[in-house]
Parts: sequence; C-alpha cells; structure tokens
Amino acid sequence: MSFLLEIKEGLLIAWDAIRANKLRSALTTLGIIIGIVTVTSMATAIDALNKAVHDSLSIIGADALFVSKFNWEIHSEEEWIRENKRPDITLEQARRVEKQMLLAQAAAPRVDAQRSVWYKNRRANGVSIIGTTDQFLNTSGFSMAAGRFISPSESEGGRPVCVIGNDVATNLFQKESPLGKKIKVGEHQLAVVGVLEKRGSFLGMESFDNEVIMPVPQFVFSYWRHPSFAIMIKVRDVDKLEDAKEELRGLMRTARHVKPEDPDDFFIGQQEQILKTLDRITGTIAAVGLVITGMSLFVGGIGIMNIMFVSVAERTREIGVRKAIGAKRRTILLQFLIEAASICLIGGLAGLGITYTLTLLVSGVFPYFPIKMSLPVMALAILTSILTGITSGFLPAWRAARMNPVDALRNE
Amino acid sequence: MSLIRLQNISRLYQMGGETIHALRTISLEVERGEYVAIMGPSGSGKSTLMNLLGCLDTCTSGTYELNGTNVSDLDDNRLAEIRNREIGFVFQTFNLLPRANALRNVELPLIYSGIPSGERKRIAMQALESVGLAERVRHKPNEMSGGQRQRVAIARALVNSPSIILADEPTGNLDSKTGDEIMALLRHLSDKGNTIFIVTHEEDIARHARRIIRIRDGLIADDSASAN
Repeated sequence: MSFLLEIKEGLLIAWDAIRANKLRSALTTLGIIIGIVTVTSMATAIDALNKAVHDSLSIIGADALFVSKFNWEIHSEEEWIRENKRPDITLEQARRVEKQMLLAQAAAPRVDAQRSVWYKNRRANGVSIIGTTDQFLNTSGFSMAAGRFISPSESEGGRPVCVIGNDVATNLFQKESPLGKKIKVGEHQLAVVGVLEKRGSFLGMESFDNEVIMPVPQFVFSYWRHPSFAIMIKVRDVDKLEDAKEELRGLMRTARHVKPEDPDDFFIGQQEQILKTLDRITGTIAAVGLVITGMSLFVGGIGIMNIMFVSVAERTREIGVRKAIGAKRRTILLQFLIEAASICLIGGLAGLGITYTLTLLVSGVFPYFPIKMSLPVMALAILTSILTGITSGFLPAWRAARMNPVDALRNE
Repeated sequence: MSLIRLQNISRLYQMGGETIHALRTISLEVERGEYVAIMGPSGSGKSTLMNLLGCLDTCTSGTYELNGTNVSDLDDNRLAEIRNREIGFVFQTFNLLPRANALRNVELPLIYSGIPSGERKRIAMQALESVGLAERVRHKPNEMSGGQRQRVAIARALVNSPSIILADEPTGNLDSKTGDEIMALLRHLSDKGNTIFIVTHEEDIARHARRIIRIRDGLIADDSASAN
C-alpha cells in the first residue's frame, strides 16, 4: 500500500471519526484553538511592537550621532551622581564641532525644556520647547509643512521667532494660518515663521509633533541661562559612522580639555544603541510571552492526547478488524496520527481566524499601532498545530499500532 | 502439495505464572477446495487453532506452511500481508465498520493491498453481487438485517480472492432461518472451489462441512469426513 494512499485513507477515516463525535471533537479542538489564539496573538503583538519601535526610531536616522552630558542608559544612582558632576556641554563646544568636524555634514546644538503655549484663549500643555540653530533641519531630516525654518542670522541673534510642530499648530490654530501670529511660550511672545511636517507618534502614544523650536540665544535668554547642550550631528557617509564617531570624540576631548589618561566626560549616542536596548527588551518580552502562551498550547496538546487514548480504546475492535484484514502497524499508526493532526489543524485554522479578527479589531481601535498578522506567523501557527497533533497523538497511535489482533478482536 | 500443512504445532500461554497448553501437538493437512469444520467445547483450543490458521497468532513451536510459505516465524507486518492476501475472515459478530457503507466495508482489504480506486470499486461490487447484495451497496450496517450484514462480511472475506476463508461461528448471532441461508451461501462458495473453515460448537452447522475436525484439550480428538 503506497504512502500517499495511506495518507488519503487516513484522512478519510479521520474525517469520519471527527464527524461521528462532533461534540467531543469540538471540545477537544477548543483547547487547541485557545492555544493557537494566545500564541499567534502574542507573536503578532510582538511583531507589531517591534515594527512600531523600528518605525519610530527611523526618525532618528542611522546616520545621526548625538553628544550629551549624560549617558542614555544609567544603571545606578552612583553612575548618575558621577555623571552629574561632569561639566556642562557649552554652546562654544557645539559651535566648535560644527566648524571643525570633517566627517559631519551638519551639526546643531540643542537644548530642551517643557512649557505651556498659548494663542489667544487656547492653550497647549506640556509642549517641548527646543533651542537650536538653522542647522537643526539638516541634522534631523525634518521638513517644513508651511513657512520657513529659523534663518542663520536668527540663530545668531535673539529675534523672538519660532517654528512649531504640527500638533501645536492644529491645537492652537483651528482655521487661521499660524504663520506670522504671535504665540505665548511660557512668559514670552514668539512669532511663528514655520510649521513642521507631521511625523506621527511613538506607538501611537507619545507625539513627535508637540514642539516649539526657537533660536538658541532666545531660548537661553528667556528660559534657561546655563543649560547643558546636546549636539546633533549628521555624518556625511553612513558607512564611516565609526570613523566620524572617533573624530567627534577627539574633538570633544580637546574642547573639554580631557586629560589623555581620563575617560570621556561626555556621551556619544547613535540609533543603533537605542535599537539594541529596545530589541533586547522586545526579545525578552517575546521569549517570556511565547513560553507562557506556549503553555496553553501544551495543555491543549494534553487534551488531544487524552481524547486520542479514549478514541483508541473505543475503537480497539475496529483496530482488530483492520489488522485482521491486512492493515500493517504503520497503517494503523498513520491513521491515528492523521486523526490527531486533523483535529489540531482544524483548531489551528479556527484559532488563526480568531486572531486575524482580533488584529483587525485592534488596528481599528488603535489606527497608529502597526499591528498586522504576518505570513510567517500564519505558517508557523499551522505548522505548530499539526506538530502538536502529531506529538500528542503519537503515544495513543503507537498503542493502537502495537495491539495484538487476537486481543483486539476479543475486546467487547 | 497441500494448501495447509501444520506440523507438531503447539501454543503455550503464560497466565499468572501458570503455563497453559492451548494446543499441544497438532499436525494437520488441508487440500485446496476442502470444506472443514473445527469443533470442540469452549477451552478446547479451537479458537487458538483458528487464530493460528488465520495468521492472527503465531505458534510456540512447530511449523505452519500456508500455500507454500512457512508463516511460523514471520514478523507482524509480513503476517499482515499474508492475512490480506491469503485469508478472508468471517466473524460471529460480523465486525463491519459501523460508519462505512457496504461497498466501503468490502473495499477495505483492497485498500490495504493498494488497488486503485476505480478497480477497487469494480471488484467490491462483484463480490457484493456474488453474495446477493447488489441492491444494498450504499447501506450502512445499521440499515441492514443480521443476515445481510453477514453477507457483507462474507463479501469482504471473498474480495481479495484469498486461499482460505475462516468463518468463526458465522451463524452464532443469527436466527436459524437466516443461519441456514448463510450456510447455503458458504456451501455455494465451497462448490465454486473456495477452501473454507468454519469454527462452531453446533453439530447441525458442522454437518454442512465435508470434513469435521474435533479438538479436545489441545489435541485433535477426531478427524473424519462429515456424515452427509
């Protein structure tokens, strides 16, 4: 008897057996459905989280470097105290990098604070206000939706102008154009000269467009006398990022008079570092999540094993008859494996359907969360369910295959 | 050469430390086309003998040649092949698959011997016709009478053109009129040249056969031609 014929026959018998015990099959399948729904939901959610993280980080750009006083990752209080004692990064140091760094395409100082912003009687709270120069646009890769960015001369002088993010524009100005209007940022009036293009949000929560950008001198004069600056650098060639980083390090050490034997008293960051950290976090979530959800699939598998043992016991006589008229061990083994795998496959497909509906629902409710069921997840779910069936069906099928036909026929 | 040749067959069972001699030393030859009844009280060893003849079981010692093949020491899978090719079983309780219709039940041995679907259906139909059930091929066992079920079982036993047909108490679950019909059918098959064994404890039934072998305490007590 050919293998293909055996499979075909096995499927027929399995289908018969499943139909004959509809309720039992449905209940058993339920365990697998739940298992597959949890596993695929988890996998899809992790996929989406990963994608959201990477999407959001692409805003930073792979060709960007950042200099700051503090390390991005601070693991202990001592570390923080130590780094807090570092001298601030001054505007002069930033200017020096901008002028001297050969591998940089553009460099801009940057300082951040938060203030409320008013226009007439409308107010926006918790807006980040950024002091920088005309080079900001070149280092960040942002573009303008309307108006212009801060000019070089404005960056030098103290003219009270600003560029606003898209959210600020829509929050404060409903119908009128913001261009040329004066808004109150904290205690001071600034004239809007441009609006930035919309960039979206981090995981649909933290908006990137809630900001007011102004010339550094204006920021220092009005909001913060002696801030520690950060420096944003866009390198000429992303392949020479490491060289650029070394050049930058040398420049900063010279500018800050760091002795050769002393460690850096500043931090240079890049997208990769954030990605690594976040990938580590999502990786951990994925591992833990899949282990936990895998448990439910395991429980489902035990259900299958249980019911297959019952099915084999119930059909002892049938097994005896089949053996008497010429079924080999392999044929019987295959028959019950196919039955178990079929139940699991049906459960897996139903589970996938449910998860798919869930993802549609979630993406309907949270349009910014990039959740979507991927083909690999679907393929994996189907494979997993078949594999669960085969694994949990093996012991019962083995018992059936090894039955002695005389004893099996005698069974009442 | 004889179709069946048993030489000094014995079969022992271990039961809770005790050794039971189900068959002691049996030697037996049966020619092609014979119609043999195996008789004996329960516990005599007649079922064990039938299981051995049907290759469902193997003997402890001795040799069994079936159709020129020594089947005494074949493994499980080879025995399954032999059963499929050489033996047709008819059981007291019919042992049809309850969810399959008559045609599919009869097809089953052909499935296991790997015969393609179209040919399978044709041969199975022929077998059903030969037992007079051409009209009921789509019926399931629970839609048929006991006699009809046993006919389906006989058709299943015939379908692979086996060397021997083994019928274990074939009329045990039937009323006497239906039983007579089944015995007439077996007689008819015998007349057409099939080798048939029936295991029974009823003299009336055994008389249908041409040769009666009586088993007692694991030994052949008597082996003689039937009275009729």
